[in-house]
Amino acid sequence: MERPEKLQQVFGTTLTSHRNKSSLTRENIPPPAKYGGRHTVTLIPGDGIGPELLNHVREVFRFSCVPVDFEVVHVNSAVETEDDINNAITAIRRNGVALKGNIETKHTMAPSVKSRNNLLRTSLDLYANVMHCQSLPGVQTRHKNIDIMIIRENTEGEYSSLEHESVSGVVESLKIITRNNSLRIADYAFKLAREKGRRRVTAVHKANIMKLGDGLFLQCCREVASGYPDITFDSMIVDNTTMQLVSKPQQFDVMVMPNLYGNVVSNVCAGLVGGPGLVPGANYGHVYAVFETATRNTGKSIANRNIANPTAMLLASCMMLDHLKLYDHASSIRNAILNTMNETRLHTADIGGQGTTSEVVQTIMRFIQSKGQLTSEY
Amino acid sequence: MTARSVRSLSGALKPLFSNRCPGITSCFLQVYGAASCNQRQKSTYTPPPARYGGRHTVTLIPGDGIGPELGNHVRELFRFCCVPVDFEVVNVDSSVASEDDINNAIMAIRRNGVALKGNIETNHNLPPSYKSRNNLLRTTLDLYANVMHCQSLPGVRTRHRNIDIMIIRENTEGEYSSLEHENVPGVVECLKIITKTKSLRIADYAFRTARAKGRRRVTAVHKANIMKLGDGLFLECCKEVASGYPEITFDSMIVDNTTMQLVSRPQQFDLMVMPNLYGNVVSNVCAGLVGGPGLVPGANYGEDYAVFETGTRNTGKSIANRNTANPTAMLLASCLLLDHLKLHAYASMIRRAILSTVSETRLHTADLGGQGSTSEVVQSIMNAVQSTGPQTLSI
Repeated sequence: MERPEKLQQVFGTTLTSHRNKSSLTRENIPPPAKYGGRHTVTLIPGDGIGPELLNHVREVFRFSCVPVDFEVVHVNSAVETEDDINNAITAIRRNGVALKGNIETKHTMAPSVKSRNNLLRTSLDLYANVMHCQSLPGVQTRHKNIDIMIIRENTEGEYSSLEHESVSGVVESLKIITRNNSLRIADYAFKLAREKGRRRVTAVHKANIMKLGDGLFLQCCREVASGYPDITFDSMIVDNTTMQLVSKPQQFDVMVMPNLYGNVVSNVCAGLVGGPGLVPGANYGHVYAVFETATRNTGKSIANRNIANPTAMLLASCMMLDHLKLYDHASSIRNAILNTMNETRLHTADIGGQGTTSEVVQTIMRFIQSKGQLTSEY
Repeated sequence: MTARSVRSLSGALKPLFSNRCPGITSCFLQVYGAASCNQRQKSTYTPPPARYGGRHTVTLIPGDGIGPELGNHVRELFRFCCVPVDFEVVNVDSSVASEDDINNAIMAIRRNGVALKGNIETNHNLPPSYKSRNNLLRTTLDLYANVMHCQSLPGVRTRHRNIDIMIIRENTEGEYSSLEHENVPGVVECLKIITKTKSLRIADYAFRTARAKGRRRVTAVHKANIMKLGDGLFLECCKEVASGYPEITFDSMIVDNTTMQLVSRPQQFDLMVMPNLYGNVVSNVCAGLVGGPGLVPGANYGEDYAVFETGTRNTGKSIANRNTANPTAMLLASCLLLDHLKLHAYASMIRRAILSTVSETRLHTADLGGQGSTSEVVQSIMNAVQSTGPQTLSI
């Protein structure tokens, strides 16, 4: 039978590449800190609320004396040339880690202008988008005790941007599913589940309709699952998944899925735990990592009004610090954020309060200071 | 929709197009003109003619899982209420690879014009060349509009209140074209097809329905920032049709934002129109919000045929034949069928009885958190119908 050999070939190559970079996901070697122990991280402000939130991140980092310097790269979403985004990609290749705001994709421009965010993800091969949705104690939601990790394939699927109009009035969009990428993401999901002590992985698909495409994805997940007997693997069709999510989200543990379903499911989960202002997201590749808010909103309508919720971006920066192995700083900022979240009078408009962004950030800094660690003066 | 308004619609759209490109205008008018020709021939919708003494014949496809038992309950209820409908039962075996069964069913529906169906299971163990039977039925009969009306029912407790959303989903193209191929081993390409004709058709259907039901706002759900040509075309078609309905507000929303808004504030949505896959996801989210798959009926409309089924198309294999399935969705679907056949009196009578039964918490089935059985619910509905007085058979 040729199939096991093929699997070994394909899987063998992925395994080798993993082995070269110390197989566990969390032990991706961070880029070496240069210049006196300080890390350099690329910062892409983006559009909408991106710039102001990232300024707050820099403010908090400076205040807590975090040894991270930001290299700011602006990407102008209004021009058609790809120079800006190529500069950003080069900067990320140089530094290895980035923190970004969402770059707007203008609908008025020609269809040949690709989404800049998508370009970044595919060029750097950031194949895994990880989102951890947890109910935060201080936030009132309709559902309680949600704790779902969503692992979404980030580079192929429906987002291949391959469309053409062979006959006028008939558009074909290609959705690509490959064995390599499906095995890779399934492998990532199971490794992460094992690392975090998760008991169950659910694959979300629509294989009853897209038999070859999602069928391949499901098959790859099953193959990888057979190598992890301690973790239960099941699968669920995407429409049933979304219906279960709105009635009983507590049943889900880790979910792995292709790109478009990941987009929908992660937004549903973000809505369930309190909205787009609370959940951070991370995009991991073999070599690079880019951190941003999970639901990737530009937030144009609330830009520069001091009402955006900084929690998602600040939690994303904590994830970045964890990635750089600066665990102490990460936990101190994270504790400060969670403590601030408990104070209802400080909730911003998206979670039903009237606080401003700067009030929230000020309170976070005050918490950090009260813990007694070294901070710079106000 | 009357012929006059169709003509005025194409008249209104004409100047919009003649500026852009005369070639497209003639193409458009050809396509749209053909559609309006059909409309002109049937100025008001007439249901398929009732033969044999005023009784309608409706195809019934039991399907798999809970379909057969729920279909039986529908027949029981119709018989009890003396509804002038006879069912022609066509069984479709989902475990065989030949397409004879489903072709028989399609022929029966062509004959009768209307059908009530349970979901036919798509067996994963059969080869990929075996197409989904439900999909085959929808595309062959060109049932282009899937309409689902999600309303909060008074007796059912949910986390959200006052939901009233109509979802109109394109039913024949999009991601469900079943066109996949593996050029290189290990690389699968799935084609998602969006055409101008069908997008215009579904947008037109959506706006007509909005106008007919007095809805104020239509939202198009898309992902045009990523699928610029495909969903961009869909969005453009919706905008074109929207221009002919100035009293209805039209806006658009990306599908991920839509789902997030649906779980936080579903009351903001009125009528939503979208391509096939997003329709699948959004309708399931809405069904979950109003109480689950056992409560919402769905309808598939084409130019000539109409097929009614539960909104979320579940087979329900795990609860089959255990007398625990919720019959509400299927019974409400049968009321939609009666409305379609213009038997409005019967439809409202049965619907009233169903809604009064759903308000009784002790009769809720397991999916609503109760312990009632299917037969108890059906019995109670029949009691409610009898107590309102019209002629019924003795139980």
